[in-house]
Amino acid sequence: MPKIKVHGHSPRIDMTPMVDLFMLLLTFFMLTTTFRPSESVQVDTPGSISEKLSPDMNIMTISIDKKNRIFFNLDNGSDTSRSVREEVLKEMATRYNVQLTEDELKKFSKLASFGTPMKNIKSWLNAQNEKEKIELENGIPIDSADNQLNMWILYSRVKNPEGEAIIKGDGSSDYEIVKKVLDILQENEINRFNLTTNLEKVEVQLSK
Amino acid sequence: MAEIIQQDKGGKKGKPKKHSTHIDMTPMVDLACLLITFFMLTTAFSKPKVMEIILPDKKQDTTDKSNAPLVDKKSTYHVLISNDMVYWYNGLADPAKLPLPTVYKTDFSKDGLRKVLLEKNADLYTKIDELNQKFIKGELKITQDSLKNSIKFLKRKDKLGPIVLIKADKSAKYRNIVDVIDEMAICNIARYAIVDITTIELEMIKNAQ
Repeated sequence: MPKIKVHGHSPRIDMTPMVDLFMLLLTFFMLTTTFRPSESVQVDTPGSISEKLSPDMNIMTISIDKKNRIFFNLDNGSDTSRSVREEVLKEMATRYNVQLTEDELKKFSKLASFGTPMKNIKSWLNAQNEKEKIELENGIPIDSADNQLNMWILYSRVKNPEGEAIIKGDGSSDYEIVKKVLDILQENEINRFNLTTNLEKVEVQLSK
Repeated sequence: MAEIIQQDKGGKKGKPKKHSTHIDMTPMVDLACLLITFFMLTTAFSKPKVMEIILPDKKQDTTDKSNAPLVDKKSTYHVLISNDMVYWYNGLADPAKLPLPTVYKTDFSKDGLRKVLLEKNADLYTKIDELNQKFIKGELKITQDSLKNSIKFLKRKDKLGPIVLIKADKSAKYRNIVDVIDEMAICNIARYAIVDITTIELEMIKNAQ
């Protein structure tokens, strides 16, 4: 009987194709990722059957949280050579007599939603930690005497006319506040709104 | 880890040892895996869903009534929202013309408002549903977009369906409004609007059954 020969091959696997694939995926994800700055406000949106996706550029988001505070967020626009956020804040600072440095404006363009009245915006930008920031966020005023949200929307529209409005309301916020926000938007000649919702399934049965 | 290094046994003296030209890629793979996982998780894949509403222009002159659609009293339904409940009535509530229409109380469940609206809108609903079913079964060979367009066309042509006026009082939550607008989409209601509530209607809610 011949002996069974044990070959001295090492059980090596050629990993090159795997590594190729991994690198490809890695490059893809690295290039497509846009980092989302952390949202400071928790909003629990209501559900609907709408399957329309929200646009990802040229949007201004008005968030309304459980306590009826109003937060505003806008993006820098599709033109990467300019920063819409920076320009809008500059206009707002001039209007409300707030002195802001170049650095503070730069910092602002990288942040996300904010809910601070203009008089606190400087300390909000320079806040050392999250806790300090949260304390300053009392919502943007929308009273007729001091309607700062109106000004934010107005300047955003001037600087980025393609901007669309998205309303991200918490399910348990009051409709009265939402209505006020809608009125402000309509004053700025925005009649088309996107309401952020969660997708949910429903059953429909027509009784016969 | 992925390879077992075997030692040369009894190699002939004098000959230089053969060194493998393979590089151990395991640490690199480990790192690549880790980074892929990180980027996959941080990428915002699921964009949020939005519901679109278009409100009529406020600045437009509304005094010119010649272009306004004729509102049939019989097919007008008022949906009132108060304290997490829905109330509805048919016709017009005019304090000068008594008696006032009966107000019914219902809720946001599938047997509540949806049942009522489906009943009233059965005609248009079945038409759109048939179209959708045909599309799903493959009998209708059209694109998703043209399906949407034909549904839109059906809605625009509709003259028999109800006109729904949505009114919310001060106690209404945002969720309620979204729910009601969503019901309009579910029931394929062609004509609806959000309007302000009147004092007479607030009274009617109080006296509702």
